[in-house]
Amino acid sequence: MKYRLVALAVLGLGASAVSAQEVVKLGVAAPLTGTQSHLGKDIENGVRLAIEDYNAKGVTLGGKKVKFDVQAEDDQADPKTATTVAQRLADSGVKGVVGHLNSGASIPASRIYNEAGLPQVSPASTNPKLTQQNFKATFRTIANDVQQGLAIGKYAATKLGKKIALIDDRTAYGQGLADEVEKAVKANGGSLTGREFTSDKATDFLAILTRIKAQNPDVIVYSGMDTQAGPMLKQIKQLGINAKFITGDGGCTGEVIKLAGDAISGNTYCTQPGLPLEKMPGGKNFNERFKKRFNADVQIYAPYSYDAASAIIEAMKAANSADPAKYAGSIAKVNFPGVIGTVAFDAKGDIKDGAVTVYQFKAGKWEALQ
Amino acid sequence: METLLQQTVNGLVVGSVYALVALGYTMVYGILGLINFAHGDILMVGALVALEAIRLLQIHAPELGLVPTLLAGLSISVVVCMILGYTIERTAYRRLRNAPRLAPLITAIGVSFLLQTLAMIIWGRNYHTFPQLVSTTPLEPVAGVFITPVQIVILGVSAVLMVALVLLVNKTRLGRAMRATAENHKVASLMGVDTNKIIAATFIIGSALAAVAGVMYSSNYGIAHYAMGFMPGLKAFTAAVLGGIGNLGGAMLGGLLLGLVESIGAGYIEDMSFGFLNSSYQDIFAFIILGIVLIFRPTGLLGERVADRA
Repeated sequence: MKYRLVALAVLGLGASAVSAQEVVKLGVAAPLTGTQSHLGKDIENGVRLAIEDYNAKGVTLGGKKVKFDVQAEDDQADPKTATTVAQRLADSGVKGVVGHLNSGASIPASRIYNEAGLPQVSPASTNPKLTQQNFKATFRTIANDVQQGLAIGKYAATKLGKKIALIDDRTAYGQGLADEVEKAVKANGGSLTGREFTSDKATDFLAILTRIKAQNPDVIVYSGMDTQAGPMLKQIKQLGINAKFITGDGGCTGEVIKLAGDAISGNTYCTQPGLPLEKMPGGKNFNERFKKRFNADVQIYAPYSYDAASAIIEAMKAANSADPAKYAGSIAKVNFPGVIGTVAFDAKGDIKDGAVTVYQFKAGKWEALQ
Repeated sequence: METLLQQTVNGLVVGSVYALVALGYTMVYGILGLINFAHGDILMVGALVALEAIRLLQIHAPELGLVPTLLAGLSISVVVCMILGYTIERTAYRRLRNAPRLAPLITAIGVSFLLQTLAMIIWGRNYHTFPQLVSTTPLEPVAGVFITPVQIVILGVSAVLMVALVLLVNKTRLGRAMRATAENHKVASLMGVDTNKIIAATFIIGSALAAVAGVMYSSNYGIAHYAMGFMPGLKAFTAAVLGGIGNLGGAMLGGLLLGLVESIGAGYIEDMSFGFLNSSYQDIFAFIILGIVLIFRPTGLLGERVADRA
């Protein structure tokens, strides 16, 4: 009944009123079902909070007052579904997309958005490839693995010790990360005692660790997954190696703590792209408002998707248009204080100064350091 | 020097596990001419059954000491694997005994997939922490070499089992029947040997060895999961070929040698090739050695038994 009254009122006001309030839809693509659905929902809610804030403040584009709305699609964390969802979003006339969660979904979907001329800002995908495809309007608000690798290398060389041994698992992730670690170690005055290789299916590292032991490094960097990092820590202890150990987000899990048993100690470090919520400039305030609005805790990505949506809307404001063809170029130029810090992108579309947090193993869990 | 000794110890420990598994491959091949690709997965089942048994024992009989718990877990897993080995032979391979060689080979690969999938359904995809009931804390280093109690147990148990198997094959009635069946099924059965029973016994013994190898492997590394049998299975098969498939001594020699080559290869390949190759060639190194050996000795180091098949 209420809607009918509104409709009548709108009709009564005539054409001028309709053009005064234009609805601009933003797409969200993330896994909303399945094991990662809590993370996908986190992304969706971050975007919702952002557009509600902008709607409350009121945004005028090209002389018309606009109202933002969300169209959320479920990519099921699956690359194939992601492309279907991307096509659906492109066809339904959304003006920009925040998504996806998984690199494996973001990368194939990005091609479709690019062909449709639709800007995409991922709040969660860290694979460097995403922004290396020369697409004009593919961005991300989270640090990528290049930035993570540099952070690992820098932390290892400046805080943990000068002589560093590097092991990677020869996967795209492990090798890519290790290459960046190597660069950063050298740039920060460290030296590499050697680079060893294993595989993402290996369980025996004694041979390479014995070789590493002979080189007597201060730090061992492992670039790979937790299922190898756990047994590796055990074997490091078994060989009586006294080096510190640091690994990337692949090994920054509870699983590694479980698998390493008593071989994990305060000499074990790991990194995660992004900041813990309490360390973000707008984190505390955001957390409270998010909790109040959705009655749920922030998982990880809500601040990143909030800022991703904000970046799109800020670009629209700068271009004074919601037309992707007109505002897409402005995303590269945005520069505003977001929840995660200053939101601005580099030439590739990666967040500038993307934060990476170092964690140290303490009292049974990973604890964030500065 | 310290490093070389340490690499030798590493290699011997890995190699003795390979050798135990290789014995299973080689016994079956010697008797049936079949490469039982499911053998590596028996190792996996052995480790996971022991894991489950030890977990249950730790909950329901915590008063049992570490070693009795491990032995009980091991015994249960050995029995389960013996039954499994027999069942596989009875249901999958026996019907194909007179089929062309390719049919049982493909069946073996199928059984391997079946076991892995079943294990994945039962135990999930995750890595499990295997309770390390024998200490993995290194002993006081001797000449700079670190060795853990569990590694010593692995070396000891492997040696004992290998000697026992050689005695079984060469000194007992069952062993004589096995050798006779390997020479020629038909003649053996004409001589009153129940070849079906002997072949079943071969599978059962091989599976028991694989179960022990699986428990030792998991005790050493502290992990177990549904796909863990693949790599050791492949390596053990390589070891069996290296030593001369069908030959017990060859399997042991091949296993130890492969372990040593891998370990020393990974440790020194970079220096030996002046930085041209590195440890990412660890696995390839072992296969290069295999290739070279097979070029000069096509039947493996100690020779395949081919006389009656020529």
